Amino acid sequence: MSDGEPRAAAAPAGAVPAIEVHDLTVAYRTQPVLWDVDVTLPEGRLIAIVGPNGAGKSTLLKTILGLVRPITGWVEIFGAPYEKRRSWVGYVPQRESVDWDFPTSALDVVTMGLYGRIGWLRRPSRAHREIALDCLEKVGIRDLAGRQISQLSGGQQQRVFLARALAQDARLYLMDEPFAGVDATTERAILALLKELRATGRTVVAVHHDLQTVADYFDHVVLLNLRLVAAGPVAETFTSENLQRTYGGKLTVLTQAAESLLGERAAGGG
Amino acid sequence: MLDGVLSFTARNVLLGATILGVSGGVLGCFALLRRQSLLGDALAHAALPGVCLAFLLTGSKAPLPLFVGALAAGLAASLVILAAVRWSRIKEDSAIGIVLSVFFGFGIVLLTWIQKLPAGNQSGLDKFLFGQAATLVWEDVRVMAALAALALATVALFYKELKILAFDPDYAASLGLPMGRIEMLLTLLLVTVVVLGLQTVGVVLIVATLVTPAAAARQWTENLGVMIVASAGIGAASGVVGALASASVPRLPTGPVIVIVASAVLVVSLLFAPQRGLAWSRVRERRVTRRIRRENLLKDLYRVGEAEGTFARLVPAPRLMGLRGQSPARLAASARPLVGAGLVERRGDAMRLTEEGRREAARVVRSHRLWELYLTRRLELPSDHVHRDAEAMEHALTPETVAELDRLLGYPPVDPHGRPIPPPEAAETGTGPRRQAAEARP
Repeated sequence: MSDGEPRAAAAPAGAVPAIEVHDLTVAYRTQPVLWDVDVTLPEGRLIAIVGPNGAGKSTLLKTILGLVRPITGWVEIFGAPYEKRRSWVGYVPQRESVDWDFPTSALDVVTMGLYGRIGWLRRPSRAHREIALDCLEKVGIRDLAGRQISQLSGGQQQRVFLARALAQDARLYLMDEPFAGVDATTERAILALLKELRATGRTVVAVHHDLQTVADYFDHVVLLNLRLVAAGPVAETFTSENLQRTYGGKLTVLTQAAESLLGERAAGGG
Repeated sequence: MLDGVLSFTARNVLLGATILGVSGGVLGCFALLRRQSLLGDALAHAALPGVCLAFLLTGSKAPLPLFVGALAAGLAASLVILAAVRWSRIKEDSAIGIVLSVFFGFGIVLLTWIQKLPAGNQSGLDKFLFGQAATLVWEDVRVMAALAALALATVALFYKELKILAFDPDYAASLGLPMGRIEMLLTLLLVTVVVLGLQTVGVVLIVATLVTPAAAARQWTENLGVMIVASAGIGAASGVVGALASASVPRLPTGPVIVIVASAVLVVSLLFAPQRGLAWSRVRERRVTRRIRRENLLKDLYRVGEAEGTFARLVPAPRLMGLRGQSPARLAASARPLVGAGLVERRGDAMRLTEEGRREAARVVRSHRLWELYLTRRLELPSDHVHRDAEAMEHALTPETVAELDRLLGYPPVDPHGRPIPPPEAAETGTGPRRQAAEARP
């Protein structure tokens, strides 16, 4: 992976939105999971998708990635369908989505990020392994490259997944709960990585559960509960009123916490 | 080369069983890791009606039509399973169970009907239920070898795609890899193994040649490539042993013997494989338990000596048993290695620490009390809560960690209960902790 500008950089930054979701409705059998979602996400930001359990957050990511088919609506990535923008997008699935007892090493998993580029009938080469090692370095666990993945801690496994997405050298990263169940050190490392990605012009869209840290970690927020409740810059959108609408007033303790945080910010920022 | 030793039949059986063992071992790894062992079984059972229909349509038992029949039925079965999972409320395991029995039942109906046809008796299709390796002819072995070579070459060519299919198919799909087609390819390869095993092992037992070597191989390695090679080796070895056994012992069926040999390898692997083997983890547990008991006895002797102001007096066994509610047998078992190592001196029922034993005991007590202090100071746990935690940790602390704890806590003289912490010298030289500890007491 090269530093600096993303490999896929072609159009001038900011000319088209990173993601445009138009009129999207998704259902599993008869159960609607997303209803008429219309949202545009700008390039070069750290964007959180926030909402209660079962709000359709992961489904939104998977629909953007073309893994789930919508009933109506469409998604465009930098102005084109996903099929044409695949190489611009990196994906970090939920950590629990795979069997970590699989007989393979951390380096092997990271190399999988390059499978799309390696092509048919070819094996990963030494150069590919070098790229994978660099990506492990970036998440701070290069020394664990040869470790069997079940012998990694939860935080280290999460970093392996992040390194795998970095290997894709994408312009847009979609992450499903990257902070879930990680230790404090890993949380700081991931945050630093997100900021570095933003500094080099990449966009990150992450499903996020911890309302307390939304305002600190992200620039932009999408509040989702089957329908789109609100989307926009954190300062304007992440309000107690919107949270109340998203969570139906059930999480009063958390909304208060968010409110006080925003209050501090407002006071600090003048 | 084999001709001199074995009859032609035995040679055919040996080669056939080896070819099946290798291909089943390789493909079984992917079925196992995808948690689709049962799907392999369904494909095998579903092959029966396909084979029967192919025979009815072509009137021949040539390998190619049978292969096409088994393949068509296997694919139909896997599609029905997929459709049932996607469109109905039936879960995958139930869908596989239902499809397996329906296809197999239909196959048995067809088979019974074929038996009653004029040409049916000679068809030999009933051998496909449990296999009869002795019916293998040279031509069969050649077809098996060609099919197996094709299947193994396909695995080699699509190795990375098959690997990511087993590990993280959603992610692979996001990369643009056509996972649906790769999955279909794997199904095709599994059906190929089923067809390879029709005559040798039969549809009922084929799943064992897929799953058993793979499960055994998994116990020995954490690397997929090594696992595949090992699984192929175990499959081949089971095939060879099964073939030789049935060749030398009259009326011993080849297929079932192959399955029994592979299962024996699996049992040995589950018990004795280095990292995952159940026996080793039991041994490790026992070792730790015994060490903890020994260290606890040293500590108890030390405490008694501390309380009485001298380590020279013999401590009677009932008193030691009372401290931890131990049985005489357990106390004796803990004492024996300590006496052997010269740490404890025993006179009849009573015992005491030797000079060296006192140093060792001081080391254990030191870790315990430092750790207790650390818990109360750093985690602010009340002092009556920390003893149990310290009890669990003290045996796991390395000397470096203990030294670091000591430094962090500012070299404290006493633990949270006010009892002296033996200084490092007491654990090394044997100056005796009592005097120094007494001086340190405020």
